[in-house]
Amino acid sequence: MLRFDSSGKPFIIIRDQDQKERLTGSEARKANILAAMTVANLMKTSIGPLGMDKILVDQDGEVTATNDGATILKNMQVENPIAKLLVELSQGQDDEIGDGTTSVVVLAGALLEESLSLLEKGIHPSKISEGYEKACDIAVKHLLKICDKIEFDKENCGSLVKAAKTSLGSKIVNQYTEKIAKISVEAVLAVADLERKDVRFDLIKLEGKTGGTLGDTELIDGIIIPKNFSHPQMPKQIKNAKIAILTCPFEPPKPKTGHKLDIDSVKKYKELLEIEQNYFKEMTDLVKKSGATLVLCQWGFDDEANHLLLQKKLPAVRWVSGTDIELIAIATGARIVPRFSELTEKKLGKAGMVIEKSIGTTDEKMIVIEKCSNTKTVTILVKGGNKMVVEEGKRSIHDALCVTRNLIKDNRIVYGGGAAEISCSVAVNKASKENTGVEQYSIRAFSQALLSVPIALASNSGLNSLEAVSEIQLKQMEKESSFLGIDCLSKGTNNMKEQYVFDTLRGKIQEFLLATQMAKMILKIDDIIRPTGQY
Amino acid sequence: MSEAYQPARILNQGSTQEKAEGARLSNFVGAIALSDLISTTLGPKGMDKILQSPSNLLDSTITNDGATILGSIQISNPAAKILIEISKVQDDEIGDGTTSVVVLAGELLKEAEKLIHKRIHPQTIIKGFRLAKNIAIKKLREIAQDHSENEEDLKKYLKKIAMTIFSTKILTPYKSIFADLAVESILRLKGSTNLESIQILKKTGGLLKESYIEEGFVLDKKLGVGQPKRIENAKILVANTSMDYDKIKIFGSRVVVNSSSKLAEIEEEEKKKMLRKCQKIVDHGINVFINRQLIYNLPEQFFTDHGVVSIEHADFAGIERLSLVTGGEIVSTFDHPELVTLGTAKVIEEIMIGEDKLIRFSGCKEPSACTIVLRGSSKQILDEAERSLHDGLAVLSQMVKNPKTVLGAGCTEIIMAQAIEEAAKETSGKIQIAMESFARALTRIPIIIASNAGYDAEQLVSELKTSHYKGNTTFGVDVMEGKVCDVQKLGIIESFLVKQGMLLKASEATEMILRVDHIMSSAPRRRGMN
Repeated sequence: MLRFDSSGKPFIIIRDQDQKERLTGSEARKANILAAMTVANLMKTSIGPLGMDKILVDQDGEVTATNDGATILKNMQVENPIAKLLVELSQGQDDEIGDGTTSVVVLAGALLEESLSLLEKGIHPSKISEGYEKACDIAVKHLLKICDKIEFDKENCGSLVKAAKTSLGSKIVNQYTEKIAKISVEAVLAVADLERKDVRFDLIKLEGKTGGTLGDTELIDGIIIPKNFSHPQMPKQIKNAKIAILTCPFEPPKPKTGHKLDIDSVKKYKELLEIEQNYFKEMTDLVKKSGATLVLCQWGFDDEANHLLLQKKLPAVRWVSGTDIELIAIATGARIVPRFSELTEKKLGKAGMVIEKSIGTTDEKMIVIEKCSNTKTVTILVKGGNKMVVEEGKRSIHDALCVTRNLIKDNRIVYGGGAAEISCSVAVNKASKENTGVEQYSIRAFSQALLSVPIALASNSGLNSLEAVSEIQLKQMEKESSFLGIDCLSKGTNNMKEQYVFDTLRGKIQEFLLATQMAKMILKIDDIIRPTGQY
Repeated sequence: MSEAYQPARILNQGSTQEKAEGARLSNFVGAIALSDLISTTLGPKGMDKILQSPSNLLDSTITNDGATILGSIQISNPAAKILIEISKVQDDEIGDGTTSVVVLAGELLKEAEKLIHKRIHPQTIIKGFRLAKNIAIKKLREIAQDHSENEEDLKKYLKKIAMTIFSTKILTPYKSIFADLAVESILRLKGSTNLESIQILKKTGGLLKESYIEEGFVLDKKLGVGQPKRIENAKILVANTSMDYDKIKIFGSRVVVNSSSKLAEIEEEEKKKMLRKCQKIVDHGINVFINRQLIYNLPEQFFTDHGVVSIEHADFAGIERLSLVTGGEIVSTFDHPELVTLGTAKVIEEIMIGEDKLIRFSGCKEPSACTIVLRGSSKQILDEAERSLHDGLAVLSQMVKNPKTVLGAGCTEIIMAQAIEEAAKETSGKIQIAMESFARALTRIPIIIASNAGYDAEQLVSELKTSHYKGNTTFGVDVMEGKVCDVQKLGIIESFLVKQGMLLKASEATEMILRVDHIMSSAPRRRGMN
């Protein structure tokens, strides 16, 4: 890339340009769109209750098997910049909503695919973007129109369970959906504040454990910490525990300022010895005086201190992780105490029962803190035949928790099984006729792209995808009902209301918005400069 | 042609991906190869494998324990890794059936592969397999016999189960002896599943059948020099404290002296400090002192002078077991003798097993811990014997909790397979084919066991099937005689939990592998990058 200044001297704009490749204009756009489509096509087979899984092998040979869109993309080690954008996109949907991470990528891919033919017609990318923007508006408005409300309260949460079941239907846990959906809803309701419509997610802990099957997954009213008591002879069960949470080690103090303590006489040696032994006594005495009956410490214990704790009948747990400490502090109402001297009775937390349990034949133990006084805290103990199943189980449950939370925040829903997409597609298509000019084309393209998710859904379910989707389009138009969708599980009805298949309105809107935004962003790029030989 | 039309590369350099049929094929090939590899070790007449460690060629293991074999082979195929994982979990959870779980998963995948060639969608296969699995589990629960009521009965059944387990291992010729050993030590645990308190001591020399259960507890350590070799009515202090030099732990302290006389003074003081500690220990009124850490000459001498026997460097597990056995607590400070619980033992004595001196504690308070002394002519034999014994102990300890049994020798598999076949007849659609395949995979297990023993397996198993159809539902394959006979009479029974675990885990893993249609592998991390 050379330019000449007024005196005719050349000057260079891009350094080392002979080592760089450059794609401009429509070629750049096409390369980008192709990359995005490759990713989207990859994800297509994972959509729906009969979607397939992917195996991901990481750098160290560890195996992950999943069909969670966000997880697949995150672990894929993508290099292409456009593909990276899609990874971000799915991540964004995951952070915000927690579900629909696959559909959002597929939709973005479809939007770009449609734009390819528009570009070939010679329509300017900005015009396409504008059309998409408008179409997206129409679709979102349509969603608001067709949305339905579901009613629930603490006692009557059947509808929430059904929503969670839809989310779990596509995952490996689907043979235990009923049970796991119930667990997820119970967990969310336990920590939810229905008045303020707020769910404190940090109070739900997901703990995984191999052994048993996914069906053995259980909800524990309390917190599990994968640790054991510091001394084998401490009691394994404490009723009405008063818990002291310490973030200082049971060890001699280590001042942070550098210093040297010189011992040059016998007297000094003796003094120091006495000081040291008093440290341990003081520490344990202070804890005992506060009235605590259980000590949880973030750091380690000296052997001597450990024995003193046993002698004073103070069960203790060492090396409790920081996040666990915080959770326990919230749950039991304890204050996290950084110094022994600051420990008072007020700062202790309370729990009805603390118990050490062992699992299986290996000597693995866990401490369960139940009946915490302050806030409801729950743990979901996920079990499964192997590590990968447990991990996938955890991810699926996380999704189900997110769906339930979203419903508590906003109880409006749209019908799943592609029903919402098809209905929007019809609406957008209708609206396109009211627009004149090139925009009409791009709006129509948007309505086509919306069908990509139902089409993928149908073809994963083993149906003749185009036929199935167009049939439902027709039915929806005839009956003006927005709850007809793809019958993935061959239950014999297209009525998603009867099948109880629905998605949250928030999730769906977010999905449309994010995908449109991404498509617009990629369409805007008209120049790629990269070093040669990179890929 | 412009670059824009070339297929877009989106993954990192060096990453590979396999799609749809390719991915499925590579999964099947990997998993089936693994299960074929291990299937020859199945059954009473299964063969062993030699495992050689890559770093030290002299260090080899001979075993037919599934989990051990799978744990030590290096594998890069992801599907095979999933199988290894399930075998490990089966080992952790139940302890036995680690080979059968992989073999069953492999057989299921073999059947699934055939179905996929018939153009049946993997999700349909999964559906059928699930249905079949549920039927099998239901049938398994129906036929399981519960022995929880009668204690004497339970013991008899435990022994039978132990014999069945040991009959597939190196211990076969002495299975009766080892079954007795295992049952007795498990009953001592009184329902706890903590196998840590059963110590297995391996001593080369002698024969496998000379192994025995030691009355009391044996510690593989020596008594201090010049101390009595036999102590009666021992009062034991179990401690975890440093008896080498007790340094001051306050951070930053160091000794700085300007003359050798002062150095001597401080050294003297250090010695005194140690002796004071020893005195405190002796003041507990003990005659045996056991420490987890080293005991140096100075304190050892002090103890000898005061008539206290000292044992140094008992490792951590040893200390915990000792405190369990003797009932003493593990002590680290010695200022309050009145608060310390001491351990007791009637007799502590030094004994010889083979050429080694060991310390035996007998007449202890809490006999829940015990020691099994294994004898054998080589290290490999002992290692394998220990693994086999561990499998047996693990299963028995779970059995005490859930004392349900089913018949072995392929009988249970045939019953389940037939239940599935019955149900398949009433199911319409492609699912039916998948269910039939599941039943076939189950039948493969007795076939493999029989063919490992060198018989005409297909013939035997079809005879077995016929006799089941005729109503002899307790019949199985007698691998010793090579004929179909009544298993109930032979007394070959297995734990219900092992069978259930095998079914559940194998089908879960199969499902997981079947669901995959895409494998993406990152480039392996290059050595030396971090």
